[in-house]
Amino acid sequence: MRRSAFRRSRGDAPFRLASTGAGVVLLAIMAAIGVFLVVKAIPALQANTSNFLTEKIWNPNAVEPAFGIGALAFGTVLSSFLALVIATPVAIGVALFISHYAPRRLAAVLGYVVDLLAAVPSVVYGLWGVVFLVPFMRGPSEFLNTYFAWIPIFGGDQVVGKSMLTASIVLAIMILPIIAAISREVFLQAPKTQEEAALALGATRWEMIRMSVLPFGRPGVISAAMLGLGRAMGETIAVALILPATFGISFEILGPNGNSIAANIANGFGEATAVGRGALIASGLVLFLITLVVNMAARLVIARRKEFARAA
Amino acid sequence: MAKQIEVSGLDAYYGAHKAIEDITMTIEPRTVTAFIGPSGCGKSTFLRTLNRMHEVIPGARVEGKVRLEEQDLYGPDVDPVSVRRTIGMVFQRPNPFPTMSIYDNVAAGLRLNGRFSRSELDGIVESSLKGANLWNEVKDRLHKPGSGLSGGQQQRLCIARAIAVRPQVLLMDEPCSALDPISTLAIEDLISSLKTDYTIVIVTHNMQQAARVSDKTAFFNLAGQGQPGKLIEMDDTSRIFTNPGMKATEDYITGRFG
Amino acid sequence: MTTVQTGIQPISTGRRVKDRIVQMLVYLAFAIAVVPLLSVLWLVVKNGIGRFDLEFLTHSMRNIGARDAGGGAYHAIIGTLEQVLLASLIAVPIGLLTAVYLVEYGPGGRLARWISFFVDVMTGVPSVVSGLFVLAFWVLALGMPFSGFAGAMALSILMMPVVVRSAEEMLRLVPNDLREAAYALGVPKWRTIVKVVLPTAFTGILTGVMLAVARVAGETAPLLLTVFFTDSINNDPFNGPQMGLPLYVFDQAGRPTDTAIDRAWTGALTLILIVMLLNLVARLIAWWRSPAKRGS
Repeated sequence: MRRSAFRRSRGDAPFRLASTGAGVVLLAIMAAIGVFLVVKAIPALQANTSNFLTEKIWNPNAVEPAFGIGALAFGTVLSSFLALVIATPVAIGVALFISHYAPRRLAAVLGYVVDLLAAVPSVVYGLWGVVFLVPFMRGPSEFLNTYFAWIPIFGGDQVVGKSMLTASIVLAIMILPIIAAISREVFLQAPKTQEEAALALGATRWEMIRMSVLPFGRPGVISAAMLGLGRAMGETIAVALILPATFGISFEILGPNGNSIAANIANGFGEATAVGRGALIASGLVLFLITLVVNMAARLVIARRKEFARAA
Repeated sequence: MAKQIEVSGLDAYYGAHKAIEDITMTIEPRTVTAFIGPSGCGKSTFLRTLNRMHEVIPGARVEGKVRLEEQDLYGPDVDPVSVRRTIGMVFQRPNPFPTMSIYDNVAAGLRLNGRFSRSELDGIVESSLKGANLWNEVKDRLHKPGSGLSGGQQQRLCIARAIAVRPQVLLMDEPCSALDPISTLAIEDLISSLKTDYTIVIVTHNMQQAARVSDKTAFFNLAGQGQPGKLIEMDDTSRIFTNPGMKATEDYITGRFG
Repeated sequence: MTTVQTGIQPISTGRRVKDRIVQMLVYLAFAIAVVPLLSVLWLVVKNGIGRFDLEFLTHSMRNIGARDAGGGAYHAIIGTLEQVLLASLIAVPIGLLTAVYLVEYGPGGRLARWISFFVDVMTGVPSVVSGLFVLAFWVLALGMPFSGFAGAMALSILMMPVVVRSAEEMLRLVPNDLREAAYALGVPKWRTIVKVVLPTAFTGILTGVMLAVARVAGETAPLLLTVFFTDSINNDPFNGPQMGLPLYVFDQAGRPTDTAIDRAWTGALTLILIVMLLNLVARLIAWWRSPAKRGS
């Protein structure tokens, strides 16, 4: 500094380079994920004797490999969608409880309890699911099958504990804290002035929430649900332990049907041949693309909400 | 429709902090009563105790009595929701519901309180908007969002929303502080015309405004930082501004402090 | 509305009842959410405490037959600690520097927008896909062996976006006055960042890192594809298959004997204790720094 008053500091350029470089490395990793999954999937896809997109069977280790994503993608979407249907209403309730119903001091503690739910590793939920929930679900599943078989999803001749329904319930428990945490944040941001406007008109607490909190929070809740959906689709271990790993397409969620892309990777990796590994990588690529689309849609909704919040 | 409010020995707290102490006053029907005083003297807090909005803030509570025609607002079997339905409020910043149209904003309170036919609703929305001097400006765009209006129009929309449910008292918490002078004038005209039907209580920082619109003025003050606010005196507005009974009032009005 | 009503007008019973019903539903939702958590914790403690002994913590599964009792998770605990440590060594510098770029150098630039967007995308990468990527890249393309390090790479991909986002948030909380005060004294930008900005945000960043560590410590799927399995102790994360605690639980849970299921529960208990401990430390750090924040 003293020798030449306006000389640039010697450390600045390297530090700037390092931090920019770190960001570029991050971009490179994302690109590499796409590239290497494609490169390693191609030989297996070329060896495939069946149509990858429509085939239901997964038999890549045979001499004449035949495998397709059909049944797996169906199972992934069905289980995640069911999980979302179960989790979202409960998560909204939990978020409202913490943001608008629980006493202020209790709310912070309860928020922490919900965060704890998110911290439990998925393999623990899987273990709990397979040892406790699978036997436990037999009764309720029989009940649904006996009295509600007229609803197609509860129909079918076979009722088992290791079913799509059980897997979806475990998934729902796992994505609930994410949806609840984001919804809670959005509900807490609802403008106090509008809540007071509703109360001053003589609204009850629920009417106030319906008039000012829910309209404000709707985009946030939608994107939270979509992030939860993305999480459910990628969830591997719990589903691998619970789903029966069959390759059929059936809406009968109480029966021994169902598998998912992620669970199939976990279950099939151990005995996979070279083509088998490539096939699993190809299925992983499909999973990556599906979750990518779901997550980007969720981000778009969030981004639009930010603009809305700024305009208001 | 106008009512007489009687307050006796009212204290209001935020947690352990006492914000106002021992307030006793009578608010006459079909008059405009203005609350004036320095910042932090508790005039807004007191206003919010009159329709039980004070207790919406966590940890806030009230001791004492507020009677609306012999009925204690804080009685054990009184639902705060019904109190707020009976005593309307307009806030410092215009707060129309941003996702609702102008029409729906005005109809919001009515829809809570029961079923109305379309024509009944149309009639009440029109008369409320006319009552708020806004009808001519918005009659062609009733189904556009209320957030598209100017600040002054939004505040008149909020007044229309408040009078649509036919409250017996209208509380206004510095309704012009976020508005430009022309909008302020429009609101002040509106207040004068509303007092033939409503009992109006207005909190204001602006002493000229208090002098212009009110019949009665109450002056609040606090002894010092952290002390509760108190009612110093209340009298006819003309008397408060020309010949106040207390030295503190005179000092405040002549601008010697506050 | 046609008659003039006086006094306080009560609201209709229907509205009151509806308000009550919603309140009950909201309370019920919370109860429904808490029940599985309690059930999981209760079963893990009840079934796991039996084998939570010295043998479990100090022995591997080597030479333990399919139907034998005994054995432990020492090899898995060692593996998890090494893998998570290595993952942090990769993810924390990259994540932290990326956050510095986004907050201090990048704002407004196109590169920063791209990075920010892909950090979001990365947050959504399923853990099994990060495992597949390391498998495709490290094991299949480069021909490297399954190892703890391969697992650590997969975990680091999951950690990075979490570290970036939490560090970014903390750096943005550092008041601009501090930066300007340093610049005004003639301190160069990089020294300002290293000496003023990072220390101010340090505890917050640490909390974020701990939460990221806690998250990946429980990941199973990426390990399955990169670390493979072993029943023996392998202290070298760079050479040969290792074990990880989540993998151990998955492995034992898939075996048909009761003794294996018992080991799975105890493994789950150990895993939860580690994860909860990390979470607790993270919250304590956050809590410890919050009074200072309020004071300033």
